[in-house]
Amino acid sequence: MFQLITPDGLPRRARKRMVNLEIDFCGIKAPNPFWLASGPPTNSGLQVQKAFEQGWGGVVWKTIGAPVLNVCNRYGTIDYRGSKIIGLNNVELISDRSVEVNLKEIREVKKNFPDRALFVSVMVESKKETWQEIIKRVEDTGADGVELNFGCPHGMQERGMGSAMGQVPEYTTMVTEWVSEVATRPVVVKLTPNVTDIVQPARAAVAGGASALSLINTINSIIGVDLDTFRIVPDVGGRGGHGGYAGPAIKPIALHLVSAVSGDLVVQQAGTPISGIGGIETWRDAAEFMLLGATSIQVCTAAMHWGFRIVEDMIDGLSNWMDDKGFSRCSDFIGRSVGRMTTFGDFDLGFQTVARIDHSKCIQCNLCYISCNDAAHQCIDLKDLKIADSSSDCSWPVVREQDCVGCDLCAKVCPVNDCITMVEIDTGRSHVTWNQLVADKPEVLNWDKMEEYRKQEHIKIH
Amino acid sequence: MVEHYKPHKYKAGEMSLPERFAEYFSRLSEREAVAEANRCLYCYDAPCVVACPTHIDIPSFIRKIATGNVKGSARTILESNLLGATCARVCPVQELCEGSCVLARDQKPIMIGRLQRYATDWAWSRGCKYFDPGAPNGLKVAVVGCGPAGLSCAGELAKAGFAVTCFESRSMAGGLDTYGIVVFREPVEVSLAEVKMVEELGVSIRTGVTVGKEIGWDELVDSFDAVFIGVGMAAVPLLSIPGEELDQVVDGLEFIEQTKIKALDSITVGQRVCVVGAGNTAIDCATIARRLGAERVAIVYRRSEAEMPCYHFEYQFALSEGVSFMFLTQPVAVLGTGCVEALKCIRMDLGPPDSLGRRSPVVVPDSEFVLPADMVIRAIGQKKRYDALEQLALLGVKSNNGYITVALESRQTDNPKVFAGGDCIRSTGEASTVAAVQDGKIAARSICAQLSERARLKHVSADHSRRSSQEST
Repeated sequence: MFQLITPDGLPRRARKRMVNLEIDFCGIKAPNPFWLASGPPTNSGLQVQKAFEQGWGGVVWKTIGAPVLNVCNRYGTIDYRGSKIIGLNNVELISDRSVEVNLKEIREVKKNFPDRALFVSVMVESKKETWQEIIKRVEDTGADGVELNFGCPHGMQERGMGSAMGQVPEYTTMVTEWVSEVATRPVVVKLTPNVTDIVQPARAAVAGGASALSLINTINSIIGVDLDTFRIVPDVGGRGGHGGYAGPAIKPIALHLVSAVSGDLVVQQAGTPISGIGGIETWRDAAEFMLLGATSIQVCTAAMHWGFRIVEDMIDGLSNWMDDKGFSRCSDFIGRSVGRMTTFGDFDLGFQTVARIDHSKCIQCNLCYISCNDAAHQCIDLKDLKIADSSSDCSWPVVREQDCVGCDLCAKVCPVNDCITMVEIDTGRSHVTWNQLVADKPEVLNWDKMEEYRKQEHIKIH
Repeated sequence: MVEHYKPHKYKAGEMSLPERFAEYFSRLSEREAVAEANRCLYCYDAPCVVACPTHIDIPSFIRKIATGNVKGSARTILESNLLGATCARVCPVQELCEGSCVLARDQKPIMIGRLQRYATDWAWSRGCKYFDPGAPNGLKVAVVGCGPAGLSCAGELAKAGFAVTCFESRSMAGGLDTYGIVVFREPVEVSLAEVKMVEELGVSIRTGVTVGKEIGWDELVDSFDAVFIGVGMAAVPLLSIPGEELDQVVDGLEFIEQTKIKALDSITVGQRVCVVGAGNTAIDCATIARRLGAERVAIVYRRSEAEMPCYHFEYQFALSEGVSFMFLTQPVAVLGTGCVEALKCIRMDLGPPDSLGRRSPVVVPDSEFVLPADMVIRAIGQKKRYDALEQLALLGVKSNNGYITVALESRQTDNPKVFAGGDCIRSTGEASTVAAVQDGKIAARSICAQLSERARLKHVSADHSRRSSQEST
């Protein structure tokens, strides 16, 4: 047949990719793992349709349920050294559009895009009938499933909803049970990070019959104070309060919590899939969440900052990366790094690295020197060296390898790619973990014996 | 504008010849590219995309560099512009994408050209292939002239399943990208790599074949389903002054060409060189002459600085290369017996504006003077291809003032089977590689649209015959 014509009228004959991004998330198929999270970008049918047209694999519709009234202003941001919105905090509530309007639009969108995953986030007051009624109404639209919003940390929690549910495992189990009783399609429970141990609510949700878990919701935060007016940011008519923190800054926290849940034996035994959320902006972020066990990922802040169009690079970049790595489908790498997660007690104490500086790449900013000397272990010196191809009169940072503890700080502050590398060296020390060591030699918990052990293993602390 | 260039380092004798003709801009390092890419605001409906004649999705390709998807970045570029690697080097970015960058208002614009080169170089150095030939639709298109317009048209048509044959009179394809871009802007390998990419899409390129001589225009129009003409322009015209027949009076384009295809130390250059004309080709000739070792290079131009057709940044570049400019100066004779000894010139003044509003030069009486010179380079534009136009006129392809007439939205000529693009249609506006690429794209789109019905029928009948042959077995 004649080739497909692109919007600008030209035949687009791209090479066929060898990878397939399709995923199966608790029985719901989606053409790719990139979903929009429940939030402002999924507020209406208009927005969700546009997102689907641009390639998003699924959405979680902005939470519908209890009646609300919103305030202004709703957002505060952390801008860091010229980059806008490293972190975003908000006090916007769940959908302020009526349940009827939302359900009507959900029905239309699902009809128009039957191949995409469409979950609907739900939050109502803590009554069995109310929960069960809304679940039935949502399922009636043809939506693929529901996501229970047990995470919203502002506004709704004061009314006994959102994170007020998610912070109490018993409530989580109870409501999940109510919902599961009537639900015929998957029930996803969205977890709040504002707890001491996320594994507890995760297990509670699984116990209540959750088909899947999504995490994390936003983190309690005060984004800042205006130094001229002393007002809290965001300023709501002279007052302010905590909001939910999101955006690239929270990614490491989200990765940790996702890995805690994906590594939990109870969750693993239940075979509960995870949808990863928190600061995902690029295909790289997405791949990391997936390596740590997320089957799908959800994006909100990045879409709020840049628009739906970011999904094009997410799809293209992930496909290229999978191609390069030899993965043909997402299941080839989902969870691949979970087995590497362990606790400090199981780390190899005999693994030794030292910093090596490539002076042909070094630009002599000496940040490695100052960070090592002021904040690490004083094993980089500034020396006058004769370096080939350099006429610099300035001194060069040089590592005293015998003193380097291998902390990696210098490599992290170095602004030049691959200039400082951490090289593994063989010290001849035994590859033992702390847990093994204290099991075999409990006496090392005594400082004298510890010193003896160090002498025997040639571990020098300076 | 000047700061786009590095401060001038070159002094004659300071660098070796190959160093002086190496690419002027170095390749961005990964760190530079990522830092610059992160500076891009990722504007929506961005002015840079509007300013690019081929409408490359610039914010997207830059974002892909920032996210580490450089492979995808090059794809984004090449989807809109198959000659993205050449355009990254030769586009007048200050006039186009970078000139419209929103950051130019209060800081430096993003280095879009350099980033585009980073992505396309990355892809080429890794041998990435992005496109496959389309499923054959049974239709044949002839492309005459294998410069940027022809290559772009041929490549797009091949992607759509057409069988494309290119006819190129030179021994190498690529047109001015191969022969006419000064080598320290674009090495010849970059252009030839693009030619190879188009060939790999199944396009057959027949070099050394001049349409109108070895094969007739009528023959092409009869035997192909459509014809695209991208023949460009001809040689630099004569100055029409006495003494011009001397050996050291040379065609500017031929002079540039030598640096592309000959050993640099085998090229003859004078010590006192006069370049006549002030377009971008004149600048190239002058700067090449300097870099080849000419001691004094003067651009002789009959109008003033304000009327120069060259880009401002090219003017700045020539100044930084030590080229001098003699404005309001008209050559009247080349002096010398056996070899060029001087260029006799006359002073000019600017008279009243002409119909285009440009002030025309008028002679200052009795102001002749003699400029010592041992080489004169003509760079006063290019001749029209009247020979081809006459033959094309017989086929109903009309032209005006030496340029082929086309419908703007389709690049279709007055013969519905014949399309044209590139410098040979550019009667107004700046002739450039990027405009030629877009012409080729638009013509390809028109050809697709015009022939899609026929392609469908052919496909159906091919299917039919296949089926009936299967049935009979």
